[in-house]
Order: sequence, then structure tokens, then C-alpha cells
Amino acid sequence: MLLFAFVVLVPSARGVYYAFTDWDGLDPDFAVIGLDNFTAMADDPDALQAVWHTLVIAVAITVIQNGIGLLLALGVNTMIKSRNVLRALLFAPAVITPIVTAYLWRNLLGPDGAVNSLLGAVGLGAWRQNWLGDPELALWMIVLVVVWQFAGYSMVIFLAGLQSVPKEIYEAAAIDGSGPVRRFWSIIRPLLAPAITINLMLSIIGGIKLFDQVYALTGGGPGHATDTISTLIYKDAFTLGEFGYSIALAVVLTAIVAVASAGQYAVLNRNEKAAS
Amino acid sequence: MNRYSRRTLVLEMVMIFVALIFAFPVYVLVNLAVRDPSDTSSPVSPTTSPTLDNFTQAWQEGGLGGALINSVVVTAVSVVIILAVSSLAAYPLARSTARWSRGTFLLIMLGLILPFQLAALPLYQTVRDLGLLGSIWSLVLFYAGLQVPFTTFLYVGFLRALPRDFEEAATLDGCGPLSAFRYVVLPMLKPITVTALVLNTVSVWNDFFTPLLYLSGSTQQTMPVAVAGFVGQFVSDWNLIFAALLISIVPVLAVYLALQRSIINGFAGGLKG
Repeated sequence: MLLFAFVVLVPSARGVYYAFTDWDGLDPDFAVIGLDNFTAMADDPDALQAVWHTLVIAVAITVIQNGIGLLLALGVNTMIKSRNVLRALLFAPAVITPIVTAYLWRNLLGPDGAVNSLLGAVGLGAWRQNWLGDPELALWMIVLVVVWQFAGYSMVIFLAGLQSVPKEIYEAAAIDGSGPVRRFWSIIRPLLAPAITINLMLSIIGGIKLFDQVYALTGGGPGHATDTISTLIYKDAFTLGEFGYSIALAVVLTAIVAVASAGQYAVLNRNEKAAS
Repeated sequence: MNRYSRRTLVLEMVMIFVALIFAFPVYVLVNLAVRDPSDTSSPVSPTTSPTLDNFTQAWQEGGLGGALINSVVVTAVSVVIILAVSSLAAYPLARSTARWSRGTFLLIMLGLILPFQLAALPLYQTVRDLGLLGSIWSLVLFYAGLQVPFTTFLYVGFLRALPRDFEEAATLDGCGPLSAFRYVVLPMLKPITVTALVLNTVSVWNDFFTPLLYLSGSTQQTMPVAVAGFVGQFVSDWNLIFAALLISIVPVLAVYLALQRSIINGFAGGLKG
């Protein structure tokens, strides 16, 4: 308890206090400047853009990662012979250090990288491009890498949910003559509610806090095209020495996480109750 | 459902194809790591004369050995502390119905929501004032505090589903709360402990942001930071970089492959709780 208070609670509280100061991280003399950091943020196009990127990334990751994860889970929850191998293989990226996978992908997506050369090899040479150098595309490439890494993680959680569905229920539904889509929507989906809750929670919070992948893939660039709140916090605090401002950004991040979690909790809790 | 029909076969093909797409980046990783830097053919075509030189060079020039030891020490010590503190904290939290117990639980849950960026910067200052900056012990301290909420949460969920009968019997036989915990509860916690062990090991080992802050400028490094530094130093020498990346993931992958089945079950089971 003490440890937790020392490492998380006290610094967080101090963090909130620093958000209202002009502290540079070193100087013992600093002034309380009220809401100035926050009003400055409202006028700072980089900060606003970073907030926007953070939201786009979080939503995109949540939707795509869980969509793919669910399809994979349904796929490996069948009678196919390779299911155990596939489960192991699809989950493997999730244990690899994110910074490492990000560097790997930085090369794959580079101008001479494997993705371009694969496109050339299969006759889609026209699609070759500098995936990370294009401000329009770079943000989506970050989403791609995160989804590649963690779709297996979503899959495993969905799989656990699927396996808790009793076999009799499938059989009863099959006898009733309902098709696969209907079977999924009205029988499996409600029973999966807890797995859905956990998956959405994990991916949306993970997406909002994302740092490693952005740092290693693009460093927030080209320009500020992929800066997120997390990378901006790091840059402001440690390369620009604007500690107070950086902490104010962290406060905004906290607020977004809190709102997202609370909103999600409310909605999903209701759904879960309705489903059971 | 129970027959291996033609549709199942089609599905099998589709799934294998998907898995190959997933595995493609790893194939390229290995392919380039064993390639001589002078070979400039496409990264997709298999390397004709594989070499291990990249690995020895990456190992020597990247300071990977020291980083590996640091990572192992930090991860092992942190995880032991996290598990000990969390399981002990979870026990009274799950069993006591007193008001303080519920309040404390909510306070701990707050730790799940607060992003680490908020705490990391002010803590940076404290760590500096304590003279721990650049020491791996600052990391142990940080992880222990950071991971305890989530782990406690797992333990509490698991404990609440366990019957109290055994402890009550033990108490009647004259066990105090601590010895009841040690001899009765702890053995029952084994499944969730394995899950918590794996989850914490993965997240501590993989963390990059914290060591980047707390160890920057010192000679101490953890594996992810060493790799990042290595990439910065050998910017375009991707064969070397890939060798370094591969070295850095071998320990995690080895653990994963060895414990693969229980990890997947544990992940799923632990998160279901």
C-alpha cells in the first residue's frame, strides 16, 4: 500500500499540481500560473493535433483489432486440425517487446522494405510507396503495427469467452435451423459480453496511452503528422524542458482515459446485464 | 459441428493463409538477420549463404550482454515483489467486509486508470533527489508500485470466487490469519499466481518508456533501451539491427514457447476472472 502510494498516488497528485505551474523540471523557483498551460494548449496546433491523433488511433485500434481478433477466435474455435498451432502462432507477437516489433516494421514499411518488394513481386508494383513518410498514411501504419501485434491477444480473450459457451447451446440452435450469422448474433454475442468488455477496455486504454510504437516507427513525424499526447509529453518534458506544460498534457490524457473508461463501463455494464 | 467437412477444409486453408500473413514480418526478420550486409537482393527472397556474423557483431557493439542481465534482474526482482505484495494485499481486501476495505479497494482501482505518464514525470524528480536516477533499482521501485493495482485486482477477483470453508476450518484449528494465508490460501492461489507471473513478466520486460526516462545518460540499460540505442547508432545497417532485435526477443520467445499452452490459458483465464 505504501509503495503504491509512493509510486502512483503521490506523484500523480503532484503531477496535477505541476500542471498549474510554469516549472521547467529543474529550477526550484517556479510560479503557479493557474490555467495558463491549458489555455496555451487550446492555442497550440501541435497539441490539438496530438489529441486528435490519439483519439483516432485509439478508436481505430479498438475497432480493427477486436474485429480481427473476433474473426480469428471464431476461426480457431472450430474443428480445423491446425487450431492449436495457429493459436500459438497468432498470439506470439503479443509477447514480443513492442519497441522491437516497431523497429522491425519501420524497416518493412520503408522505401526498400519487404512490403514494397512483396508488392512488386506479386505484380502490384504500382502500390509501392514510402508508407511511413507520407503524412496521410503514417498514422494508419501505426494502427496496422499495433493491430498486427495485439490481434492475437484479443483473439485469446474472445476464445476464452467462446469456450465458456456450452456445446448444447450451439447444438440446440443448429437443430432450430438458425443460420451461422443469426446463431452468432443472438446466441454467441450475448454470452461473449464479458470478453467483449475486457477487450474493448484494454484496447481503448492501450490505444490512448500508446507511446513505444509511435516513438520507434515515426518519432511523431513526418512533421507532427503522427504525434500523440504521449509522444508530445515526452518531447515537451525532456527535449524542450517544459515540464509544467507537459504535465498539463498528461492531465488531459488522464481525463480522456477516465472519461473513456467510465463511459465504456456504463454502456457495457448495461449491455452485460441486459444479456444475462 | 463434429465432422471434418469440406467447409472445414476451406476454413483451414483460409486460417493458414492468414497465419502466414501474420508470420511474414518474423520471416523477414530472421531472413535479414542472417544475411551478409553486402547482399542487396530483395528482403523477401531467402538468403542464399546465411551467416552468424551479424549476431556476434551486434552482441559486441550493442552492449547487449549487460542490458540482458539488467533486464533479467529488474524483471525477476520486480515480479517477486509485485506477487508478494499483491497477494497479501488482496487477501484482506477480498475477505474483510469492513468499510475501509472497500475504500482501499477503490483507491487501488484508481491506479488502473491513472496513466503512468502522469506519475512518471513527478516521480522522475523524486528519484533524482534520492540519487537513484540511472540505477536499475529505480525501475524496480516503479514497476512494483505500478503493477500492484492490476495484480491485486486479479487476486481479489480470484479470491472472491474461492470458498472460505478451508480457511475457516484452519482458523478453528488454531491458525492465525497469517499462517492460514501461508498454508491454506496461498496453495489455492496457484493458478492465478502463474497468470499474474506471466502477465507481469511480459509487461516489465517489454517496458520502454520508463527505462528510457530513468536510465537515460547512464551506463545502465535494459534490453529495449539498448535496442533503441543500437538502432540509433547503426541507423541504416539493418542486417545488424535485425540481429540485435532477434537477440533481444529470444529470451521472451523462449519463455513463451516453453510455457505457451499455460500462458494462453492463463491470459484468458486470468482476464476472465
